[in-house]
Amino acid sequence: MGKKILLEHIDKPGIKSYEVYRQNGGYNSVEKALKEMKPSDIVEEVKKSGLRGRGGAGFPAGMKWSFIDKKSGNPRYLVCNADESEPGTFKDRYLMEFIPHLLIEGMITSSIALESNLGFIYIRGEYKWIKKILEQAISEARAAGWLGHNILGTGYSLELVVHPGAGAYICGEETALLESLEGKRGNPRIKPPFPAVKGLYGNPTVVNNVETIATVPWIINNGGDAYAKIGIGRSTGTKLISACGNINKPGVYEIELGLPVEEFLNSDEYCGGVHNGKMLKAVVAGGSSVPILPAELFLKTKKGESRLMSYESLSDGGFESGTMLGSGGFIVYDEDQCIVRNTWNFSRFYHHESCGQCSPCREGTGWMEKVLHNLESGHGKMSDIDLLWDIQKKIDGNTICPLGDAAAWPVASAIRHFREEFEWHIEYTHEAQKRNYGLLKSTKEFFAASVV
Amino acid sequence: MLAVKTNNPTTLTEEIQIKIREVMEQYPAGKSKSALLPVLHIVQDENAGWLSVEAMEKVAELMGLRPIEVYEVATFYSMYNLKPVGKFLLEVCRTGPCAIMKGEWLIDYLKKKLKIDIGETTVDGVFTLKTVECLGACGYAPMMQIGEYYYEHLNSEEKVDKLLEDFRMKGFNKN
Ligand SMILES: Cc1cc2nc3c(=O)[nH]c(=O)nc-3n(C[C@H](O)[C@H](O)[C@H](O)COP(=O)(O)O)c2cc1C
Ligand code: SF4
Ligand code: FES
Repeated sequence: MGKKILLEHIDKPGIKSYEVYRQNGGYNSVEKALKEMKPSDIVEEVKKSGLRGRGGAGFPAGMKWSFIDKKSGNPRYLVCNADESEPGTFKDRYLMEFIPHLLIEGMITSSIALESNLGFIYIRGEYKWIKKILEQAISEARAAGWLGHNILGTGYSLELVVHPGAGAYICGEETALLESLEGKRGNPRIKPPFPAVKGLYGNPTVVNNVETIATVPWIINNGGDAYAKIGIGRSTGTKLISACGNINKPGVYEIELGLPVEEFLNSDEYCGGVHNGKMLKAVVAGGSSVPILPAELFLKTKKGESRLMSYESLSDGGFESGTMLGSGGFIVYDEDQCIVRNTWNFSRFYHHESCGQCSPCREGTGWMEKVLHNLESGHGKMSDIDLLWDIQKKIDGNTICPLGDAAAWPVASAIRHFREEFEWHIEYTHEAQKRNYGLLKSTKEFFAASVV
Repeated sequence: MLAVKTNNPTTLTEEIQIKIREVMEQYPAGKSKSALLPVLHIVQDENAGWLSVEAMEKVAELMGLRPIEVYEVATFYSMYNLKPVGKFLLEVCRTGPCAIMKGEWLIDYLKKKLKIDIGETTVDGVFTLKTVECLGACGYAPMMQIGEYYYEHLNSEEKVDKLLEDFRMKGFNKN
């Protein structure tokens, strides 16, 4: 069993309730933060821990906190990003649903560090029942004196508001989220200014992912150095991975960073291997936006080293032969899956979710969707592959927010690693038209079948 | 797309109006526009699951906003329905991770079983079929949302049939 930080108490019956959570040391970090530490000490511990943002970008949390403008004297806000809409990702939901007080405790301790008196949890609108769970947890915490006016008699006051989104992936992008929280359309803002200077209502704001915030109590209780000892290199601590696709045991797992990917995929403690005794074809390791890797490059780097579940190891080889840890949305494809169809599905998703502000993203995602749809259904031509390559290249890096890049990378990596599958759809159009769900045998078998 | 006037007069009970004011008060002074998304959810739930032009105008009036500020938000977010829906809205996930775990089958089966296309409502007005993007349930695919909750692992005809039957019964009991 690997080290558990977030899910240490998850199996305790009743951990969802305030009483059981408290009996297991819950809210101790609030007391320590308020009575024994200065806000700057808390920021320092989080810096020392090496904790990196768990929402996808992996930016060091303590560093982000230290950028927040405390000099202007404007109100400061902590906003928790619980929008969780990246395909393949369902870990924040798990934390909020089954151990809601951990997030509330993290919100309080983090707000103390930022000297903020009002915090928001922006939760995707579809998680209706989880919004109620969080509101219940907040009222329990308030009744117990951890929230509200003059907390523990220290003069510090804090309120938390749970705010629902309404179905828009783009609102997970932090500046779109802030627009949405202000009651507007979710159009990302141009950065700079960054939220730490001008965020919600034009005031200094920190946006952090649910998992990032939920990790703070442990760091405050045990110290940043203790956290930094867990994990590997600059990938400190543990990470929640939501595993899905063609595996035996889909679900949410907490892993110590540095776990070999092979162990994560095959061990019964985690994914339990590819389902139905099938072969592994490909993996999207960190949510739909990160490059897809074929089995061989996923298990071993180009240099032949075993890959590990860490920021550095997964990105080893750059975009040529690596990928990213991203949000921890781990999607496994068995030998029967069609990469072209999957790429089309993702392009359709990004087109649907583009906010439409910048033309490379708005037009490019729609164009890619159309070309991929033609190609997948057996109506493509060879030049389409180069066309797709050109379109994704023109989007990548040329947009206001990273959704454009997120739409480009899956297409680029699919062509890079599975070009023969795109070519097959063009060479054997009749086959491609017939096949219902684009089910592919391993490519070799497929060629054999097509030749007959 | 925003429909023209629909002759859908919207009255909100005193209770709902109080609820709306409470939500508005959660935000800092002068920032009550922040309450727009939650308020639209409340009003949609009250208004048989959709937002008519009249309902949106009512929201504008209650919140002290211009109607355009409400329309532009209501049209941006996919959870707001701008056309009437059946008693139960079936929101089926169509995104990649579900798609490779019989998610495409689930959509096809629902179409066949209910004899409607995506976006349509059954003749008895009980079910509306809608496809949505990843709902954060990828490990429990295939799945759909009905009302407040998620229904997961819907990978066989028996399971889907039973679920629809349960809801159909509920629909009758409500009348
Ligand atoms: C299109 C898009 C969608 C995103 N969705 C999410 C999300 O659902 N949850 C999340 O925490 N971060 C999401 N992010 C990342 C946020 O912009 C931001 O980096 C993050 O919330 C910061 O928190 P962290 O540093 O704790 O990770 C998204 C980014 C983009 C570009
Ligand atoms: S990249 Fe796409 S989603 Fe992001 S701001 Fe531009 S159009 Fe909107
Ligand atoms: S892809 Fe269907 S819930 Fe995520």
